[in-house]
Amino acid sequence: MTITAFPTEAVARAPRTFMQEVIEDTPGGNPRLEMCIQCGTCGGSCPSGPDMDYSPRRIFAMIEAGMREEVLRANTFWYCVSCYLCMVRCPQEVRITDIMYTLKRKAIREGYYRDSSASDAPDFSETFVDAVMKYGRSFELGLATRYHLRHHPLDAIKLAAGMGLNMLRRGRMDLTPRRINNLDQLHAIMDKAKEISQAERAQIGGGA
Amino acid sequence: MSEERVGVYVCHCGSNIASVVNVEDVAVWAKEELADQGVVVARDYKFMCSSLGQELIQDDIKEHGLTRVVVAACSPHLHEKTFRTACNRAGLNPFLCEMVSVREQVSWVHTDKELATNKAKAMIAGGVERVVHHQPLEPLHVPINPATLVVGGGIAGIQAALEIADSGFPVYLVEREPTIGGHMAQFDKTFPTLDCAACILTPKMVDAGAHPNITLLTWSEVERVDGFVGNFTVTVRKKARYVREDVCTGCGICIEKCPVKVLDQNFEAGLGYRKAVYRPFPQAVPKYPVIDTENCTYFKRGKCKACQIFCPTQPNSIDFEQKDQFIQIQVGNIILATGYDLFDPRRIPQYGYGRLANVFTSLEFERLCNAAGPTNGDIVLRDGVTKPKSVGIIHCVGSRDRRYNNYCSGICCMQSLKFAHLVKERTGADVYNFYIDMRTAYKDYDEFYQKVLEEGVHFVRGRVAEVTDAARKPGEEGKLIIQVEDTFIGKQRRIPVDMVILSAALQPRADANEVAQKFGIACSTKGWFIEKHPKLDPVATMTEGIYVAGCAQGPKDIPSTVAQGAAAAARVLGRIQMQELALEPIRASVIEEKCSGCRICNDMCPFNAIIFHEDRMVTEINPALCQGCGTCVAACPSNAITGTQFSTEQIMAQIEGLLMFNVEGELIREMAYA
Amino acid sequence: MKYTYYPGCSLEKNASAYHDSTMAVAAPLGMTFQEVEDWNCCGAVEMMAIDKMQAYALISRNLALAAAQTPPGQRMVAPCSACFLNLSKCDAHLTKDPSLAAKVNQALAAGGLHYTPGRVQTRHLLEAVVKDVGYAAVKAQVKRPLYGLKVAPYYGCLIVRPGFLEKFDDHEYPTSLDVLMRALGADVVDFPMKAHCCGGHMTQISEEVALGLIYRLLKNAADYGADVIATICPMCQLNLDAYQENVNKYFGTNFRIPILYFTQLMGLAFGMEPTRLGFGKEFIDAAPALNKIGVEPPERSKPERPSKDALPMPVMPEKE
Repeated sequence: MTITAFPTEAVARAPRTFMQEVIEDTPGGNPRLEMCIQCGTCGGSCPSGPDMDYSPRRIFAMIEAGMREEVLRANTFWYCVSCYLCMVRCPQEVRITDIMYTLKRKAIREGYYRDSSASDAPDFSETFVDAVMKYGRSFELGLATRYHLRHHPLDAIKLAAGMGLNMLRRGRMDLTPRRINNLDQLHAIMDKAKEISQAERAQIGGGA
Repeated sequence: MSEERVGVYVCHCGSNIASVVNVEDVAVWAKEELADQGVVVARDYKFMCSSLGQELIQDDIKEHGLTRVVVAACSPHLHEKTFRTACNRAGLNPFLCEMVSVREQVSWVHTDKELATNKAKAMIAGGVERVVHHQPLEPLHVPINPATLVVGGGIAGIQAALEIADSGFPVYLVEREPTIGGHMAQFDKTFPTLDCAACILTPKMVDAGAHPNITLLTWSEVERVDGFVGNFTVTVRKKARYVREDVCTGCGICIEKCPVKVLDQNFEAGLGYRKAVYRPFPQAVPKYPVIDTENCTYFKRGKCKACQIFCPTQPNSIDFEQKDQFIQIQVGNIILATGYDLFDPRRIPQYGYGRLANVFTSLEFERLCNAAGPTNGDIVLRDGVTKPKSVGIIHCVGSRDRRYNNYCSGICCMQSLKFAHLVKERTGADVYNFYIDMRTAYKDYDEFYQKVLEEGVHFVRGRVAEVTDAARKPGEEGKLIIQVEDTFIGKQRRIPVDMVILSAALQPRADANEVAQKFGIACSTKGWFIEKHPKLDPVATMTEGIYVAGCAQGPKDIPSTVAQGAAAAARVLGRIQMQELALEPIRASVIEEKCSGCRICNDMCPFNAIIFHEDRMVTEINPALCQGCGTCVAACPSNAITGTQFSTEQIMAQIEGLLMFNVEGELIREMAYA
Repeated sequence: MKYTYYPGCSLEKNASAYHDSTMAVAAPLGMTFQEVEDWNCCGAVEMMAIDKMQAYALISRNLALAAAQTPPGQRMVAPCSACFLNLSKCDAHLTKDPSLAAKVNQALAAGGLHYTPGRVQTRHLLEAVVKDVGYAAVKAQVKRPLYGLKVAPYYGCLIVRPGFLEKFDDHEYPTSLDVLMRALGADVVDFPMKAHCCGGHMTQISEEVALGLIYRLLKNAADYGADVIATICPMCQLNLDAYQENVNKYFGTNFRIPILYFTQLMGLAFGMEPTRLGFGKEFIDAAPALNKIGVEPPERSKPERPSKDALPMPVMPEKE
C-alpha cells in the first residue's frame, strides 16, 4: 500500500521570509533563530550592548517581524566583538554570534551598512581582508594608515606620531608587508571560493 | 473455509473515517469477499460506539449467531472496552472481539481515498483472519492486601498516608531522613495566603506520627520490592539511629551536651549548624534524635560518649551497638512521593553562588527568613548582622534553559513574589524581581502578584546575564551588580544590590532512576516518574498497584502536591474496597516442555514477572505480575513462550489476512497458514 | 611531544615576545614545533563578515597545508586565541556540514589542495601545555618561583568559548591558567572579569567603546591588587597594553599594569633571561612589577576568621 506524502509543494514555493533567509545563510547547521524566547540574556551579556542601537534580542524580534531594512541598517552586528558570551549563555542555544556574521555579510552585500552608525566597521573588515588577499598575511601598518586615512585623517597623523611610532620603536610593527610564497595558489583558491559564493547566491537569492 | 461466524462493523466516526475511507464500500466488500473467511454480516454505521451502534452488534450476535466480532473504528486504546462489553452483554466472550484501527492508522494518516479504502480492507481482512484464532478468556482474580506503603514523608506522602489511615486501613510511611515533613518543613511562609508553613504542616505531622493505623519508618529506605499488585513484599532497611526509640523521651539533653558542631547541609540548606547527635528541627516527628556516625567523635575516635553519659533515661537510650535492621512488610498498593532536589546554582558560575558571599539560593533564603532558622528570621547578609538595603531576586535559575533543565519549574514565579513580599515587609529594602515571563496561574495567584506590585517591588523583564562584584562606577563599589537587558526598554542595565536570591529549579531526585527501577515504574529521561496518562490518569503508573504523588512526578506547588497525595490515596482506597482485582488475561505463559532453561528471558522482563525454577531448570511466568508486553515472547529462542491474544498463530493469521489482497483490492493469494 | 605550529600573523612582529617566549619554554616542556610552511592569515574576525565561502577556504588552506606536511595524529597548536577559534571552528563546521566541505574542497582544488574534515585537530597553546604537558611537569621546571608576584590570569573570550572541537575549560569561570600560574609560584588573584572580552577589533571601530571595555578589565585587575595580567592572546595583550595610556587619559586613571604572555612568566620561573623571553617590547614596563618577585615565598596571611555572627558560605567543589 503506498502512502501519499503530505502535499508540501505549496509551502516550498512560498517566498522565503527574512527569518528563513538569515537561517539558511548561516553556516554550521541550524542556528535555532526561530527558538528565541526574547529573554534578553544576549543583550544583557553583550560587552558592547550599551552602544548598540538594538540589542541582539531586539534584532531577532525585528527579523521575525520581517523588518529587513531596519535590521540591516543597525549597528548591532558591527559592534559585535565576536566574544561568544551570548552564545554560551543563551538558554535556547541560539547561535547568536554566527547570526551576527550573517547579518554583516548581508548588510555589506546589500549596501545598507552605509546608513549604519558603525559604517566604519565594514570598511575596516574590507581593508583588512584586502591586505590578506594581496599578501596572504595581515599588514597592520598598511591597515591602520589606509583605513584611518580614509576615515579619520587627523587620527592617522596622530596615530603615526603616537601609537604607530611607539609600535615601531618597540619592534612591534613591520614597515613592509610580509608575503606568503605561493600567492598564486591562494588567489586561485580565493577566486574559486568567490565564484562558488556567487553561484550560491544566484541560486537561492540574497545569500552570502 | 472458517467454521466461525464473523460480523464486521465499519464505523464512520462522523466524518473522521468516512471522509477518507469509503466505509459503505468496505462493508459491502467485506461481506462478499471475506465470506470464505467466515464473515456472515458486515455493516457500516455513523457512530459504532453509540448505544445504537452497540445494540446493532448485540442484535446481530443473537440473530445471526455470531461467534466472532471485528470492529473497524478508532484505536483499541479508546473503545476496545466498549465493544468487548457489548459482546459480553449479548453472551459472547469479550475476548472474541477484535478492533481494527482504521482511523489512527488509515483515515488520519492518508489523503488518497482509494488507496486508503484498500488499506482499510486489507486491515479488516487481517482482523478477520486473526479473530477466528481467538480463544475465550476469563479475567484473573487476585486478592488485595489492605495495607499500603507510602514512600516519602513530605507533604504529599503525609497527606496520602492520613487519607488512607483515616479510612481505617493500615499504612507504612517510609522516610529516608530522621523526620517526616520534607521540604515544606523548611519553608517559612506559603504562597499565596502567607500561612506559616510550620503552623499548617506540623499538626499533620503529629497526626501521622500518632495515628494508630500508620507505622512510621523514618531513617529508613526501601531496599527491595517483590510481588505484584495486591501482594507486594517490601524489604525496608531501618538504619541504625543509635538511639533506642523504646526508651528515649526526646528530652534533647544528648543534643545539648554533644560537643561536635556540624554544618547542616540538609535541613538548614548549609546555612546553619547542628550537632553530631541531632534532630533536624524541634517539631521533628518522631522526636528521637539520630547519631551521625561520620561526625560523631565516638565513632571516629572511640572516645567521648557525652550523649550516653548525660542521657537521663533508665535504661540508657544511647546504644552505640545498634545495627541496621531489615524489615519485611506486606502491602497491596504503593504510593511513591519521593519529592525533588534543588538545582545546584554553582553550575551557573556567572550568578556567583559559592563565590560571592551574598548570593543565596531559594532554600537558603527560606531558612534565613524562618523564625526557627539560623538567624531567627532576621533577613541579613552573610555576615549575619547587616540588613540589606536592596535585594535582587532572579527567576528561572536552572529552569527554562536547554543546558540545564528545559522545563518551567512552575513554582518559582510565585515563590519569588513571596520572597519579594517578605523582604519588603521585614526590611523595607528595594526589591527587584528579574523574570522572563510572569507565571501566576491558579487560584489567588495573580491577585498575589497584584499585591506585590502595590507594595512597590520593581519588576524587570529580562533573564539576568550575570551577577558580579566587578564595579565600574562609584555607585557599584562594594555591591553585587546585576547585569541584565531590561527587555521592555531594550537597554542593558546594571543594578547594584546588597543581596541576590536565586530561585533555583526543582529537579528530579538524584537517585530517581534507581528508585523507578526498584519499583518497576517508568521514569522520563530527566528523571520524573511517568504517570499512566498525563491528563486522565495522573496518579497511577503503568505498573498496577503503584501510584505517584507530588514533585516526584513533576514540579508542582503545595496545593497540587496535596491534591495529588489525596488523589493517590483515593485510588488506593478504591482498590482496597474491591478486595480483589480482575486482571486482563493478556499474559505470556511458558510451554514447559519447550523451555530449554537458557534463562535469556529472565532479565528482560520489565515487570519482574519471570521466575526460574532451578530444580526443574524451567522458567515460569507469574500471571499476576505479567503485563502482556511480549518482550519474553520475542526473546525466547525456542518459541517456548506464548502470549494469550498474541499467539504466533494469531499474528501469522493476521499477516496472511493483510497480504491476501493487492492495492487494487484483488485477491492475490489464498490462506497458506492454518 | 611534537606539534604542528601555526603562529598566525601577530606572532611574527607585534607579538614576537609571545613567539620568542613560546620557543624558549618549549624545550624544557618537551614540546617541539613544526611550523606549517607557507601558512596564511586565518582571516581573524573580519573575513567571515565579507564572504563565508572565502572565509572557510582561507582557513582551510592552512588545514590542508598542515595535513599535507605533517603525519596524521600530530596536533596543531595555535598560540593566538582568534587563530585557534577559526581553525577549530572551521574544522568542526566542515565535519558537521558535508556540503560545505564539498564546496570548500572545490575551492581548494583550484590551488591543488584538499582537506578531509577532522584530519588536523587544533589546540590552543595553553590547552596543550595544560592537557599534554601537565601542571606537574611545568612545576618540575620551576627554578625561580614567582614568589610574591600577584598575577591576574586573563583568558579573554575565544579560548574558553564555545569549544567547537572540545570544551577546554569553563565558559564563564575557567581555572586552568590560575592553576598554571600557581604552579609557577605566583600569587594568583581572584579576577572576576577573567573571561570577558578585551574588545577585539573595537579599537579600530569605536575607540570610545573599546576604551570602556579595556577600562573595566584594568580596573577589575587593579581592584584585586594584581601586579601583572597574564594573557594568552596577542589581541588581548595589544589592547590592554598599547591602549592603557589612552584609558588613563580618557578615564583619568593611573593604571600601570604590565600585560605579559603566560609563556613569558613561565620562562621567568624557569630561570631564563628576560631578553630571551621578549621582555622590553611591552608598552607598560614590566620591570617594576618583576622586581617584586621575592626569593622566599611570602608569608601567607591567615584567612580572616569569620565573626561568630557570620553565616556559613556554600562550599565550592575543589577544582584543582
